[in-house]
Amino acid sequence: MSSVSLRNLKISFGAVNVLETLNLEVAEGEFIVLLGPSGCGKSTLLNAIAGLLDLTEGQVFIGGRNVTWAEPSERGIGMVFQSYALYPRLTVEGNLSFGLKMSGMPKAEIARRVADAARILQIEPLMKRQPAQLSGGQRQRVAIGRALVRNASVLLFDEPLSNLDAKLRTELRVEIKRLHKALGSTMIFVTHDQVEALTLADRIAVMHKGVIRQLASPKEIYQRPVDRFVASFVGSPQMNFLSGRIVRRDEALAFRLDGGGEIGLNGYDFTHPVSDGQVATLGIRPEQAQLQPSPQHTESLEPTFTIDEPMGPDTLLWGTLGGETFSLRTTSDHTPNLGTAMPIYVNPAQVSLFDAAGERL
Amino acid sequence: MTTHHTSEGPSGPAPRRIGPARLGIYAFLLISALFFLLPLYVMLVTSVKPMAEIREGGLFALPSAVTFEPWIRAWSSACTGLDCRGISPGFWISVKILIPSVIASILIGAITGYALSFWRARGANLLFAALLLGAFLPYQVFIYPLVRIYSATGLFSTIYALVLTHVIFGLPVMTLLFRNYYAGIPIDLFKAARVDGGKFFSIFFRLMLPMSIPMLVVAVILQVTGIWNDFIMGLTFGGLANRPMTVQLTNLVAPTEGEIAYNVNMAATIMTAAVPLIIYFISGRWFVRGIAAGAVKG
Amino acid sequence: MKQRPIRWSVYVGLMPAILIVVFAYLGTMIWTVGISFTDSRMLPAARFAGVNQYIRLFATDRWLTSIQNMVMFGVLMIGISLVLGFLLAVAIDQRVRAEGVLRTVILYPYAMSFIVTGLVWQWILNPTLGIEKTVRGWGFESFRFDWIVGQDTAIYCVVLAGVWHAAGLVMAIMLAGLRGIDPDLWKASRIDGIKPWRFYLHIVIPVLRPSFISATVLLSLGVVKLYDLVLVLTGGGPGFSSDVPAKFVMDYLFQRQNIGLATAAATTLLVTVLCVLTPWLYAEYFRRQTPKG
Ligand SMILES: Nc1ncnc2c1ncn2[C@@H]1O[C@H](COP(=O)(O)OP(=O)(O)OP(=O)(O)O)[C@@H](O)[C@H]1O
Ligand SMILES: [Mg+2]
Repeated sequence: MSSVSLRNLKISFGAVNVLETLNLEVAEGEFIVLLGPSGCGKSTLLNAIAGLLDLTEGQVFIGGRNVTWAEPSERGIGMVFQSYALYPRLTVEGNLSFGLKMSGMPKAEIARRVADAARILQIEPLMKRQPAQLSGGQRQRVAIGRALVRNASVLLFDEPLSNLDAKLRTELRVEIKRLHKALGSTMIFVTHDQVEALTLADRIAVMHKGVIRQLASPKEIYQRPVDRFVASFVGSPQMNFLSGRIVRRDEALAFRLDGGGEIGLNGYDFTHPVSDGQVATLGIRPEQAQLQPSPQHTESLEPTFTIDEPMGPDTLLWGTLGGETFSLRTTSDHTPNLGTAMPIYVNPAQVSLFDAAGERL
Repeated sequence: MTTHHTSEGPSGPAPRRIGPARLGIYAFLLISALFFLLPLYVMLVTSVKPMAEIREGGLFALPSAVTFEPWIRAWSSACTGLDCRGISPGFWISVKILIPSVIASILIGAITGYALSFWRARGANLLFAALLLGAFLPYQVFIYPLVRIYSATGLFSTIYALVLTHVIFGLPVMTLLFRNYYAGIPIDLFKAARVDGGKFFSIFFRLMLPMSIPMLVVAVILQVTGIWNDFIMGLTFGGLANRPMTVQLTNLVAPTEGEIAYNVNMAATIMTAAVPLIIYFISGRWFVRGIAAGAVKG
Repeated sequence: MKQRPIRWSVYVGLMPAILIVVFAYLGTMIWTVGISFTDSRMLPAARFAGVNQYIRLFATDRWLTSIQNMVMFGVLMIGISLVLGFLLAVAIDQRVRAEGVLRTVILYPYAMSFIVTGLVWQWILNPTLGIEKTVRGWGFESFRFDWIVGQDTAIYCVVLAGVWHAAGLVMAIMLAGLRGIDPDLWKASRIDGIKPWRFYLHIVIPVLRPSFISATVLLSLGVVKLYDLVLVLTGGGPGFSSDVPAKFVMDYLFQRQNIGLATAAATTLLVTVLCVLTPWLYAEYFRRQTPKG
């Protein structure tokens, strides 16, 4: 179990900077998820930790040891790839033992480690098969097994679940979480699937264009996104964004929507000083608004809903508020009138406000 | 965020060590490249040297006085026996053979490939198997009867005989090429054309042929190179009247009395190699594609 | 289901292929095989002679030599080309500089005809003109490199020229295969600490099996058809020490005018090819059409 520390990491391919002066401290035994849209540099970052590509600048520490120039195999890491990358034409057993064999480990030790990994991942019945004869989920288990037999203290996962169908994905996700509990190893997991990120991570690093925008617990990321990008990338359906201005009303601050309507901001935890009349965006997640008032949900707005989507446990309502799309998630069975404006209630302590540049206020 | 400081120790890119392995790779590639280039170098260099220099310095020395006279002689006045017109007549005969052969063999190959992949004709599998076998059989099995047939029909030693021969022996690879290509075209497209009332030939000429441009390019590269480089067919069926360039070249360089004009011979050899070489240099990756497509893969 | 009406236009389209297969392939083949069972010499004769021609053929030293040469050439040329081509592809795949130039230089011989190939190498290997003369000119007066005029060594010159012609083809096929290998596999092997040469040996070569097979098939085609190269490089000589079957057939057909023997030789060649080929073709093209279960 080792910590991982990246210091002033910079990676460019030719003239293109893929990662910009990136710093990241991962504690021992922590489960970190790198989350971000396609092409934001997640794999690049992971490969840099693994030593699979050259850094342009900066340092990598694993377990307190400077491994910046160390070979991938000397870093005490295991890695699992999206494409599984199982060695073709070797059996499952061969795949698990190949690396150990080539490093000259005693046979008995290899057998013990392979058996352990097979037991943990429940792939014992598959040991004599070839990768081509396995299902996607089984292949990915073998790929995880290959990382496990190395007794690595840091495990790296590059979108290991994205080639699997939805059901398998959920299954294996739970499996990986169980594995983390059981092994206690440090895990760094790349995904662009927010559900994976929110369910697995101790902390999530949300990346965008080669920069970590926010590094925090899933709860914090979800509830207090630091900017509009994070706010819109995490959460489904997306957070509602309503444009307007901060105004002073009876000695307190309020948010006045451009499209009509106003809510008081009593209880909102500002991170920046604001000025009267400042242009801003109000962000409300679909489940942060409700159809009935409560002691906390004091402020009201009046959207018009036109479509309802029953989703089983809850229902999504879609409509507009002052010309902007607005959605709301409700658990009540009672469907409101569609097509007419109706009041909804929000808690000012829960909402998010962003300035014109998209930074959290 | 807190600021971080890079600490002591390794930082940035690992220093590039040009290890012995890397040096070995470059040495291997360099030596190989020299091996492959050697013949081209010898031909080019020798073809611009006067004979005196060749006598003294051998084939590999750079020329001290460049002369293009051997090229001119090779093209227009070198002698094969009594015929002193150089290699140019062979060039034009090759061109005359090449053009109709390429067009006919590709067209027939494309139609056959199209029929085999889209139309479930009876016995199609058998036909395809026979064609495949044809691609592999030694020419020597076919040659004698073909000579007899061409003689009996008066085709022998005409351009037609050669064109026909190239169509016959080009058919397997051409069919294979187009069959594989059409196998990659969604069958629904073909079905839609059928539903729209397309007939066998109208679908081929209006829909499939325009879609096959990439394969046509590959086929042209393959056939131009193959037919230009042919020797055995030209030798056997061309008679005296229609000897293609390769055959003329062997006659031209055949030792005669007196000193052998190596410079002229090499100039003639380069000229014979020029057409496929130019095709190769222009087509680049397409040439490789052609090889891969012709690599008889299913 | 209703039987679809036969579409005559399909058969019109297939007609050239059908005619070629029936007449140019099957017809001529049967004709050739037929003659081989007669006692034809200069002109075809209709008298049935059983396997006499075959008996005579296999008592002919020159034929036996040519078969031996073909096998020797085939094994050496294919073996060396596969190894050299594979090594070249691997070397080029190491992110070397000037990759495009190297690829072009290595593959261009394949665009040249066997006639040109044979002529050039004949000049280079000619002791009084090429390498031997040049090295002696540098002062090594006793240097000898006269394989091309040696009874036992001439065939190696054919192998040399054959490899020069074909190694680039193997390289191109192998390089395409290497480029098709999942880049994550390389990464996985680096993390497992597997030495590159072991990775090539245990992982890459098995994966490239289909590439090796198609390269081998392509090269074997050239082996059976080998004629022009020998003709201009050694002329089959000295004597007939570097003769090959295709040349044997051509000589007996057109120069020695012994049609019976020539067709018997051609038939032998045909049967050999069929024996090797049929199982492979069947496996490659027809078995695969049944869905995998
Ligand atoms: N070898 C390379 N040369 C040049 N550019 C590269 C290279 N590898 C990656 N890039 C670029 O770097 C950026 C980040 O790539 P990376 O693979 O890290 O993205 P990612 O976040 O993993 O995306 P995805 O979710 O699609 O896997 C991309 O814009 C990509 O085009
Ligand atoms: Mg990625």
